[in-house]
Amino acid sequence: MAVDSFKYLPRIIAAFYQSIEVAPHKSIPWTPLPGPVEDCVFGLVTSAGLYDKQQDPPFDTEREKSEPTWGDPTYRTLPPANRLTDIGVSHLHLNTSDIERDVNIVYPVERMQGLVKSGIIGGLAEENYSFMGFQGFPPDTSSWETEYGPAIARAFLNAGVQCVILTPA
Amino acid sequence: MPVLARTLEEAGLSTVLITMMPYWAEKVGVPRTLGVEFPFGHPLGAAGDASQQLRVLSQALDLLSHAERPGTIWYSEETWPEPVEGAIQAWQPLEPSPIIAELKPKFRELLRARRRKAT
Repeated sequence: MAVDSFKYLPRIIAAFYQSIEVAPHKSIPWTPLPGPVEDCVFGLVTSAGLYDKQQDPPFDTEREKSEPTWGDPTYRTLPPANRLTDIGVSHLHLNTSDIERDVNIVYPVERMQGLVKSGIIGGLAEENYSFMGFQGFPPDTSSWETEYGPAIARAFLNAGVQCVILTPA
Repeated sequence: MPVLARTLEEAGLSTVLITMMPYWAEKVGVPRTLGVEFPFGHPLGAAGDASQQLRVLSQALDLLSHAERPGTIWYSEETWPEPVEGAIQAWQPLEPSPIIAELKPKFRELLRARRRKAT
């Protein structure tokens, strides 16, 4: 059965989404799965606004507060599963308390490690990434498409990653 | 985030997007989408429910293994354990985001215009 994308949205935010125009896409890219998932190395990307409190600053929510039509387009490298308590969340569009309680709901690193141990997937990247999902109004994802997306793609490919699970928040 | 799925796929990675907004993924044109009917901020399910998170991941891996054409969308059968009205309140920030605070009057007018059109 189809999922209702608007079930959990207040009407005002549903109107926000429905007012955004999207240029029709010419074609959808496709990279065939290189082999059975039990042989594939996976990477994780979320847009939950996670960051490593020991290494990096949070996303620039201060600028967003003074310039509400702008959203920080940069990304952060996430700490591994043995340092999950170092993860911070900077996202002004969510109640982040559930993520702070169990980061696996957006960054399922512990679940994926379990899948590696049980041989269901081949491996998990050592470095995974987070963006912050709000990209302005109207949304401008050009930096994601031309700069930051290609940068993490290169990093994943250099690390031997073949498959990526993306989890928007 | 759908554009990131497209960008990574174009670069040579096989991707799957797990999203509460398959509506948006379909509009943008995502290679493989698993739609989940959860409140925003919870693509893998409820905090503390490792079994549910694993079921969602397992379906995403199945989708990755079986999708044969770009634009494939599957839907999760997982359900949210709390009533809808409470869940709508619970996922939102305590303070409206800056853009919602700024644009609220405009969106209210948009909703009023829609209602007028419908009657």
